[in-house]
Amino acid sequence: MRSALFLMSVAAVIALAFWAYRENHNTRQAMIENNALNRDIAALTEAISVQRAEWAYLNRPQRLQELVALNFERLSLMPMSADQFGAIGQIAYPLPEADLSEVIDAGIDVFGDIEFLSETGRTSASEQQP
Amino acid sequence: MIRTPLRPLARILQARQRGENPDHIERENLRLRIEAMRDTARARAESRLLVMAGVFLAGFVLIGAQMALLAATEPMAPTPGRTEAISSERADILDRNGRVLATNLTTHALYAETRHMVDPVRAARELGAIFPDIDAARLERQFTDPNRRFVWVRARLSPEQRQAVHDIGEPGLMFGQRKMRIYPNGTLAAHVLGGASFGEQGVRAAEVIGVAGVEHHFDERLRDPALLDRPLQLSLDMTIQAVVTEVLSSGMRMLGARGASAVIMDPHSGEVIALVSLPDFDPNNRPPPPTEGEPADSVLFNRAVQGYYELGSVMKSFTVAQALDDGMLTPDTMVDTRSPMQVGRFRISDFRNYGPQLSATDVIVRSSNVGTARLAQQIGPQSQRDFLDKLGFLSGVPVELAETLRARPLLPGNWSELSAMTISYGHGLTTSPLQLAAGYSTLVNGGYLVTPTLERQPGRGVGEQVISERTSAQMRYMLHQVVERGTASFARIPGYAVGGKTGSADKPKASGGGYYEGKVLATFVGAFPMDNPRYVIAVTLDEPEDTTGSEPRRTAGWTAVPVTGEIVRRIAPLLDLRPRPASEIEQAMQNALAAAR
Repeated sequence: MRSALFLMSVAAVIALAFWAYRENHNTRQAMIENNALNRDIAALTEAISVQRAEWAYLNRPQRLQELVALNFERLSLMPMSADQFGAIGQIAYPLPEADLSEVIDAGIDVFGDIEFLSETGRTSASEQQP
Repeated sequence: MIRTPLRPLARILQARQRGENPDHIERENLRLRIEAMRDTARARAESRLLVMAGVFLAGFVLIGAQMALLAATEPMAPTPGRTEAISSERADILDRNGRVLATNLTTHALYAETRHMVDPVRAARELGAIFPDIDAARLERQFTDPNRRFVWVRARLSPEQRQAVHDIGEPGLMFGQRKMRIYPNGTLAAHVLGGASFGEQGVRAAEVIGVAGVEHHFDERLRDPALLDRPLQLSLDMTIQAVVTEVLSSGMRMLGARGASAVIMDPHSGEVIALVSLPDFDPNNRPPPPTEGEPADSVLFNRAVQGYYELGSVMKSFTVAQALDDGMLTPDTMVDTRSPMQVGRFRISDFRNYGPQLSATDVIVRSSNVGTARLAQQIGPQSQRDFLDKLGFLSGVPVELAETLRARPLLPGNWSELSAMTISYGHGLTTSPLQLAAGYSTLVNGGYLVTPTLERQPGRGVGEQVISERTSAQMRYMLHQVVERGTASFARIPGYAVGGKTGSADKPKASGGGYYEGKVLATFVGAFPMDNPRYVIAVTLDEPEDTTGSEPRRTAGWTAVPVTGEIVRRIAPLLDLRPRPASEIEQAMQNALAAAR
């Protein structure tokens, strides 16, 4: 009885030692992985901050101003001013004829419909101005 | 300790007399002695066991605590440079909309360890070819000097330069990581941001410290490791700042001014939306402080904050506001404006003669020195001094810039009646444009004190009330009239109800004694929309001259006012202000005035 108990405890010690060794090994492995991940994260954070800096640099007001001046012929962007504000009343109501189902039924010819819409919009806007 | 003998003679003799066996006594004593020994041994073993248990318990508690600690700590994202002994990290600075004003970039510094060098002569020559500004011969001497083991070659390298240095293939040339502070917007808001430079340097990293502006003021907070990933948000709006800078600099160019400044502030919180001082500089490459000439002429000089000037007529509003608040005046009270006015040997006169009397409103609208001086006479020096002190004009205005520490207004040594009169129209007391904007904020916001701030602080309020709501409404009406029909008509921007006051002050001679002829500091300070001011704006131009007319015009009405008008016209739509028809504005102004009465 006693020797069986003794053998069992020895076996238990060996098993525990093996378990402890394996845990230790896994922990070390996890730490190595963790360090590698940390390095990756650090590198990516670094890269993000570079991108952010670059984005801010490319969007600096002075450069945007130059781009606007450079592309004035195509974009004709002007500084915002008070006369660009409009009243709600100046926006044309969609006409009842421009029913969405008809547009969908008519299908593919999108450009025609847009022209049609803007056409009607223009007429009703001009009607509003005395 | 005295051991009890096993066979005490007295008891043995007594036992023998009684005919008992004395061995019993011996056995009895032996038993007691063994029992005592056993008890002490047990007690000792017990205490040992207790200590052992304690040690184990402590061990388990320690392990448990460590596990709990690990489980409870927030996972921390690693950032480069944080583990270094010298922290090179610095939090970003953003504007009020989260756009980047200052951030960091990793670059490399180049140094040489001479004992590792294979061919120092060639290395020096090649470095000279890569960096044209490096003295190759001097570098060669340093590399070959047997007493030197270490040479700093360059503090910052671009990636191309680094590759070129790499291509030399010299093992003794080494790179040290550097964090570089960059300001992606160049000169924009240069005076606010200030600049940064390297502090303590090591091979692996270098400290980045702020040298001026908010970088210096918030240096501790920006470098605080706990706050690194929380950027510092300023109250500035980058777009507004850019537009104001653009308009101001073209105005400055057109009018041939030496310098200019502009402040835009929220009068209900004191948050500074834009703060411009021209000429400016690039904080990425901050110039060294000037060693000669006037410090005020340096590009580093922040005119809006450090520049304390006699600002002239803009100060009249405070005199009139005090008179209104003390109840000695209503906007319609007539004030004696017979010019010139003789005070002792001193003579006060107006730009033009405005006749024998003007209403209080017209004293402001026409900007009459004599009228204001008469009001100051009624108010009295002590009361005027107290009022200006309450508004903060006697002490420097605190704002989060390193430069404000030493900037202080210039006060008259003896606040006499004469100085009270000159101060009433803005001579004899110096004021910074930022201070002026804060003062006008108080005038138009209902009379509450305002402390300017550059840090974004949502929900920040105003200080105590120093003038009544009624006076404030009357001042708003008067300042609106200045623009509608007075000296500042060029600031009339349709739809935006600008109001304000002009000031054209002759510049005092630097040597002291008297004023320059034909050198003017032109100021306009105002607010918009005037029925419920949301922004206060102060613009100054240093020595402007409008030469489009037959003779040069230098007064603020021809210089600072048109520039301000253009600024308001450009920024008001950007500040989400809807233009309103003139009739609506007029109605709102009348309503506000009526409500105040």
